[in-house]
Amino acid sequence: MFKIELILPRVLKSFLDETGAIAIFTGRFFRELFRPRFEFNEMLRQCYFIGVKSLPLVLATAFIMGMVLTIQSRPTLVSFGAESRLPQMVAVSLIREIAPVITALICAGKIGSGIGAELGSMKVTEQIDAMEVSGTNPYKYLVVTRVVATTLMIPLLALMSDAVGVWASYLGANIKGDMSWSLYITRAFEYVFFADIYPAVFKTFLFGFAIGIVGCYKGMNSQKGTEGVGQSANSAVVVASLMVFIIDLLVVQITDVFGMIN
Amino acid sequence: MEKISSIDYDKKVLEIKHLTKSFGSLDVLCDMNVDLYKGENLIVLGKSGSGKSVLLKCIVGLVVPDKGSISVLGHDVLSLTTDERDKIRMKIGFLFQSNALYDSMTVRDNLEFPLRRHGIKYSKKEVDDLVKDALESVGLPDTGKKMPSELSGGMKKRIALARTLMLRPEVILYDEPTTGLDPITSREISNLIVSVQQKYKSSSVIITHDMKCVEIVADRIIMLIDGKAYKEGNYEELSKSDDPQIKSFFI
Repeated sequence: MFKIELILPRVLKSFLDETGAIAIFTGRFFRELFRPRFEFNEMLRQCYFIGVKSLPLVLATAFIMGMVLTIQSRPTLVSFGAESRLPQMVAVSLIREIAPVITALICAGKIGSGIGAELGSMKVTEQIDAMEVSGTNPYKYLVVTRVVATTLMIPLLALMSDAVGVWASYLGANIKGDMSWSLYITRAFEYVFFADIYPAVFKTFLFGFAIGIVGCYKGMNSQKGTEGVGQSANSAVVVASLMVFIIDLLVVQITDVFGMIN
Repeated sequence: MEKISSIDYDKKVLEIKHLTKSFGSLDVLCDMNVDLYKGENLIVLGKSGSGKSVLLKCIVGLVVPDKGSISVLGHDVLSLTTDERDKIRMKIGFLFQSNALYDSMTVRDNLEFPLRRHGIKYSKKEVDDLVKDALESVGLPDTGKKMPSELSGGMKKRIALARTLMLRPEVILYDEPTTGLDPITSREISNLIVSVQQKYKSSSVIITHDMKCVEIVADRIIMLIDGKAYKEGNYEELSKSDDPQIKSFFI
């Protein structure tokens, strides 16, 4: 009989432990999600904080992203004599990949760390215990509401990010060129198909879910006082960002297998 | 505040038998037996890390013991369903050591939270009256709109106590109510515990190592040493003890 600790390096064991714990936490989320009582008011409040409060940052990033992408791509396309393809290239890049992923990363930083720190601080100051003593299921009230809110709000933020990114790209194209808005938008959407949009939207739901779950898991498992709160917030961002890339890779592979990438 | 004892020794509100709890190889509580009578203020006295807070958390169901039974108001709390446990929790108030006020809510929202959560419908007037009464009971009638961050340590403790009073608990558990407070505020909180007990006819378990608080509040004291009930008695009896372990608390 041999011990598993002897075979698996400690880091790998800790990674597997963490993955298992997040999987159990996710299982509990789904159990609590469908059990009454439903915390609609708290969920709406979280949607406001997660969606509305993140909007300025996400839109500012999308604006800069769209403009920079256009300005950087233009000289290359000009050298190939393909300047007229600029709107299509930018729109496809933004809608398929850049806007969803950058929005998710911004949210992983802002929302993931916020949830991790807030729940972590509630844990170490016994607020979660106080909630339980008050007859409130903290998983339903704190976790389910936040995860549902991130799952619903991040796709909306990504769609707005798409729109602002394309508009900023039009402004960027007109710094050195001269193209009307109607021509730009017609060209931009010439090669954007429905099959580009729904995998992109689908993956933003998964990004939102992952950011919510990781933020809540890290917060609810916070330890060691205020130091632990900082660690929870930090690792929530790191793990959520990594999850965003892993989900992105998986969704791209799946959409490719199903022939959705043109 | 002069203490008027009105203990009903025929009625046990809390009965703990053979309670045992370990964390890994660390035995925190070993075969603890505790009774609390109606109207009584029971002090559990012990050094830091002696298992006092774990005892309270076992009573309210935040920590599940390894062995033993806990009966609160005639209900075995360890065998209750989640809904049944929530109903019993309405009758148990818990004052946390860190106050555990919700940072994101005003004082009024903090006080209303237990009312809203237990699923009982209150009219706006009833809620207003309960909030007003609880705030007046702790001597802070005009703090409803303040955020917890705007309050001093002593005020936070009073508001936390007001929150525990919202559901008119029959048993109140105090986890180190005077820790981190200056001597004057500590005495005020100790007097407040006595006045709350007399006003609401509640029974209390108070965990502390503040001897001034013990002197003001205690009807009976249990000394907890190494997870065991080492000695039991009133303040007079224990303060005159020659046992060095007990004496060390009263120096």
